[in-house]
Amino acid sequence: MGLDSRWAEAWVRESARVIAEHRTELIALDREIGDGDHGENMDRGFSAVVAKLDGAESATPGDVLKLAATTLISTVGGASGPLFGTAYLKAAGAVTGTQELDGAALVALLTAARDGIVLRGKAEQGDKTMIDAWSPAVDAASAAQTDGASEAAILEAAAAAAESGAEATEPLVARKGRASYLGDRAIGHRDPGAQSSALLLRAAARTAAEAAS
Amino acid sequence: MKKLINDPRAVVSESLQGLAAAHSDVVTVHADPDFIVRAGGPRSGKVALVSGGGSGHEPLHGGFVGEGMLDAAVPGPVFTSPTPDPIVAATLAVDGGAGVLHIVKNYTGDVLNFETAAELAEAEGATVRSVVIDDDVAVKDSLYTAGRRGVAGTVLVEKIAGAAAERGDDLDSVAAIATRVNAQARSMGVALTPSTVPHAGEPSFTLADDEVEIGIGIHGEPGRERIPLEPADAIVDRLLAPILEDLPFESGDRVLLFVNGMGGTPQIELYIVFRRAAEVLRERGIEVARSLVGNYVTSLEMQGVSITLLKLDDEFVELWDAPVNTIALRWGR
Repeated sequence: MGLDSRWAEAWVRESARVIAEHRTELIALDREIGDGDHGENMDRGFSAVVAKLDGAESATPGDVLKLAATTLISTVGGASGPLFGTAYLKAAGAVTGTQELDGAALVALLTAARDGIVLRGKAEQGDKTMIDAWSPAVDAASAAQTDGASEAAILEAAAAAAESGAEATEPLVARKGRASYLGDRAIGHRDPGAQSSALLLRAAARTAAEAAS
Repeated sequence: MKKLINDPRAVVSESLQGLAAAHSDVVTVHADPDFIVRAGGPRSGKVALVSGGGSGHEPLHGGFVGEGMLDAAVPGPVFTSPTPDPIVAATLAVDGGAGVLHIVKNYTGDVLNFETAAELAEAEGATVRSVVIDDDVAVKDSLYTAGRRGVAGTVLVEKIAGAAAERGDDLDSVAAIATRVNAQARSMGVALTPSTVPHAGEPSFTLADDEVEIGIGIHGEPGRERIPLEPADAIVDRLLAPILEDLPFESGDRVLLFVNGMGGTPQIELYIVFRRAAEVLRERGIEVARSLVGNYVTSLEMQGVSITLLKLDDEFVELWDAPVNTIALRWGR
């Protein structure tokens, strides 16, 4: 049994909850190497997505992701709005019309999201950006799917890899975004976009595990 | 945090309401989505100029909407780029049929949101060109960063390109002039104190009482180095040297010297800065043909200053001197 639109909706609602819970932490991370608005912007965006979900009927996971994408683009602002918005838009496009997502569909969804962020932000792995969470997540999900893991286990692998990836941004010098102006002074600080990406993927894994139980 | 505000989340909208109430002769303010346009509607046949970015840099950009400068300004949340929706709405609202020029400061958020907005506005039938401003010489290694930032030089681009649009230049010509002003302008700033974003409630960075940050950006992003506070003249010399060598500005050049306050530095100190900058330029045989001194591109209540030099030619001088009627710049009428 794959993951349906109820899971996608649960994922987005859980994302909003964890972003709100970690709002202050994301603001603090961003104040270290950015401008301190990341937690505020993400919280505003995901709250708006939840408000939209409350009044919408979504037949497929793709519908939910598309609603999240357009809402994030029009509410988040900063660099994160177009970046996360593009990620969800491309993810939605990768699973258009599919009622239940199997392992292969999940890998396609995550890959499209990552590729969307790369396309919009022109960053590479190692630049100390959200790509450093998304790329290892895609690789781990793909490996888990090849090994025949369940949908929940694939997302668990992605979440764990994203968390390690976010942590691994700490020793890096930033080459994109506002932290790039810091030079060596960015060393020792975790990238806020990688951290919020890891939170979103952890929310995906948690809701998938609940759907499976 | 001690600020004259009500709800931290209502800072931008309440300020816009005040701006609308105070200056309805010059601008019209649209709410939800938030944008500011020149009073009297779009000018048929004139290229329209649209700029925007995070709030907190006032009078940039709303203070520069009006005759001879911008047709619209799109304010985002404090220090956060506006989303594409209000940029698209503002672009369509001021399009007089001759095309729209987006003037975008080189910050990742602004660039991505304006890029998305330009695509959406073109899908609605508008013709949009974009010029990205990157006058800040403090960013050294552009290859390994998001590139130089757009700072105080933005005002000079908006004034000169705005005058070109007002005299009837077409879209490509106005875009070319904006690009040329950006190419001839160089800026560098210093911060003495940080600023506090209202909804964050804490200063965006910390500086010791006797420390200054050389090469600061307009949101308090750091620059080249942190040094102990020095007399004004020594600080001015530190800011001017990289500006002069970058273009470079040489003996015989005519320049516009712009000393910009970051919001918390009083005019009396800005003129002390101007005095030394003018002295250094005179020693080098560079003529200060035009000047601008004041708080124009601010960073909330930050104490600090930036210096911008624009190398002038006859056309730039003519367009700089052309009439302008905005909230923050007004002359020649």
